Amino acid sequence: MAATGNSARRLGRSFVNLYGREFSTSCGSGSGRSLNLYSAINQALHIALESDPRAYVFGEDVGFGGVFRCTTGLADRFGKNRVFNTPLCEQGIVGFGIGLAAMGNRAIAEIQFADYIYPAFDQIVNEAAKFRYRSGNQFNCGGLTIRAPYGAVGHGGHYHSQSPEAFFCHVPGIKVVIPRSPRQAKGLLLSCIRDPNPVVFFEPKWLYRLSVEEVPEHDYMFPLSEAEVIQEGNDITLVGWGAQLSIMKQACLDAEKDGISCELIDLRTLIPWDKDTVETSVRKTGRLLISHEAPVTGGFGAEISASIVERCFLRLEAPVARVCGLDTPFPLVFEAFYMPTKNKILDAIKATVNF
Amino acid sequence: MALWMRKSLKTFNNFKCIMGSFAMINQTSSWSSSFIQNLRNPYSHFGNLPTLFYSSGVESTTAQNQSDSSFNSGCSQQVMDFPGGKVRFSPEMKFISESPEERVHCYQVLDENGKPITGSNYIQVSEEVALKMYSNMATLQIMDTIFYEAQRQGRISFYATTIGEEAINIASAAALTTDDLVFPQYREPGVLLWRGFTMQEFANQCFSNKADYGKGRQMPIHYGSNKHNYFTVASTIATQIPHAVGAAYSLKMDKIDACAVTYFGDGGTSEGDFHAAINFAAVREVPVIFICRNNGWAISTPTSDQFRSDGVVVRGQAYGVRSIRVDGNDGLALYSAVHAARNMAINEHRPILIEALTYRVGHHSTSDDSTKYRPVDEIEWWKLARDPVTRFRKWIENNGWWNGERETQLRNSVKEELLHAIQVAEKVEKPPVADIFTDVYDVPPSNLRVQEKLLRETIERHPQDYPSDVPK
Ligand SMILES: Cc1ncc(C[n+]2csc(CCOP(=O)(O)OP(=O)(O)O)c2C)c(N)n1
Ligand SMILES: [Mg+2]
Repeated sequence: MAATGNSARRLGRSFVNLYGREFSTSCGSGSGRSLNLYSAINQALHIALESDPRAYVFGEDVGFGGVFRCTTGLADRFGKNRVFNTPLCEQGIVGFGIGLAAMGNRAIAEIQFADYIYPAFDQIVNEAAKFRYRSGNQFNCGGLTIRAPYGAVGHGGHYHSQSPEAFFCHVPGIKVVIPRSPRQAKGLLLSCIRDPNPVVFFEPKWLYRLSVEEVPEHDYMFPLSEAEVIQEGNDITLVGWGAQLSIMKQACLDAEKDGISCELIDLRTLIPWDKDTVETSVRKTGRLLISHEAPVTGGFGAEISASIVERCFLRLEAPVARVCGLDTPFPLVFEAFYMPTKNKILDAIKATVNF
Repeated sequence: MALWMRKSLKTFNNFKCIMGSFAMINQTSSWSSSFIQNLRNPYSHFGNLPTLFYSSGVESTTAQNQSDSSFNSGCSQQVMDFPGGKVRFSPEMKFISESPEERVHCYQVLDENGKPITGSNYIQVSEEVALKMYSNMATLQIMDTIFYEAQRQGRISFYATTIGEEAINIASAAALTTDDLVFPQYREPGVLLWRGFTMQEFANQCFSNKADYGKGRQMPIHYGSNKHNYFTVASTIATQIPHAVGAAYSLKMDKIDACAVTYFGDGGTSEGDFHAAINFAAVREVPVIFICRNNGWAISTPTSDQFRSDGVVVRGQAYGVRSIRVDGNDGLALYSAVHAARNMAINEHRPILIEALTYRVGHHSTSDDSTKYRPVDEIEWWKLARDPVTRFRKWIENNGWWNGERETQLRNSVKEELLHAIQVAEKVEKPPVADIFTDVYDVPPSNLRVQEKLLRETIERHPQDYPSDVPK
């Protein structure tokens, strides 16, 4: 039940004001065309297939362009041997991808929704993540990249809204990367595809159409495991990733009206993550807030919080704040209540600064 | 014990003998040449297959008995006891063909004109049941038209139609009893309709109002009703199939005169859950009916990208499960097949696999435009020439049970009832905020109680952030 296309567009729009996602997440510009996020992904996939004859793209419905249109035109351009539909079987998709990658290919697998990645959990956790380690580096499946749209979309309910990144952050041997915008998506995806380790790349599906910015036409990459300070500030450090950053950005703007200067960091790679950048920032501001859509308990925010408390205990002037999803399944009609909204973040910023 | 000893000794001797002959054959050059020949023409021996390979089943007993008589006569023997039963040896190296010479036949009762095919055997359907079946199929069509339109107007967030699969929905439901447990995918609302779920109940779910039994938490069409033994739909493909097997095992243990029935699509059969489920069902000998709606498509993926077997029906035998292929657009054939399947499942404690061949006439869902990946002609042909509702109508008309006047009456009254239900559903308020936190566990643990308190404080501070139709 792909919640895509027309209804996604229509409902996405009607929810835009509530969550303020009409803004581009652009932070800096380049020379290129104005692209939305799915087109930027599509461009990255074109480049990946063009630049490496041993690259393959496959997954459910990718042949006709995918339910989110990310693979549009690829099968026509590169042929059905390199871009193809798979049977409806996530464990098969990832397991197949591991074998393909183990032979020195770039296996770019699509899981139609992050909510449906769980049948492949065993292949990711026990196979992809341990392929190199268990063989003493005789074998590896580093050419594997698993793309999956994740996160809220306004009307997705339980199974078209989840943010399962934390499960995968608990798995040594894979990397987890999440872009915030079209430009980032293209540069990070190309890095993931070419990284010599298996990577899970979660794409913020709410932004597929909504987020638009200038994307350079050429082949470029952004480094993994490097966070980016996207706004400098002095009073509090805000850490997030993916679609949540645009909400955090609005909270920063509102906080500024109250004289609070926020530093906003896009973690970009969740594991292995860039502790130094976050630590440096918290040493400057003395305060930390983390925000993600996934349920708060056991979310990746907990790991960031614990690490920073370890490193900056004496510098912290307030408890680390987490503004996240509720500890419930993702509830359709209550989505607005579930979400870590701008005002929840703003309240937490103020409470932390005034602690 | 003694018996076992004798038998296993014999087995051992036989095994030695076979190993010896293998070693011998291995040295001859004729082995490799016939191997190569076979590779060139893997079909060459297919015609002999049925006598060579039996799965468990009625015929297999006779086949094994025949070979028994010659079992004791030493090394020249062609049969040996392996785990799982006796296997006949063959001097020929034969590969089982990947495909049959002819596809498995499809059971049909009504031809395109609604006339029973001469010689067809089927279970009689009374006028009363036939009319209820037809009314329900027509109702399903109307529901699809109106809900689809409501989604287009932005009044509900999502919808998926059952167009083209009305007979599978209704005829299968008609052949079951309401004690039979249903584990649906998402394209079987007709089963619920048959069991008495009202227009108002359907509308309440689609509009996520407080009367929805799922408390507005899931997308439209994720119906579920404990009262109707219809387990709640999940979007996840194939996950319900093993549930049906576990539930059926419980029915068997409790000696209840009922079975479990699970529905799924052609796409669903690729998931591991399908294979796990059918295998468990065979091994545990449970009363479960697997109904596959093979409608040719899984979103944009045609069955040729899904599997290369002769559809789904042939998987049954591979797992030791009795199976049948049925014309999914023929209400009478479906009714008869499901009726017979139910009897076998319950009386013989066995799973049954039914593959209903059909076509997904609608788009996958309101998020999909299927003209992007399949010819419009194809859709139109199925819609017009093969419509299961029209075929069933012709049959009841031929029987003198139905006419144009009753048709108009039915369609008008269902339409009126549904439009009214939608109007009501739309006005009913949404479930209250408290329902966010209930049912995660039997009782909310402390983290959820704290989160509810914090959320309520946030709502007080920022009421404008929250939809006004959700009671706080
Ligand atoms: C585990 C899982 N993977 C992927 C999806 C996305 N998806 C929803 S429906 C569908 C196709 C299902 O096709 P089929 O089983 O043939 O049922 P049909 O829609 O034809 O009735 C897919 C891939 C899903 N819901 N669940
Ligand atoms: Mg299908």
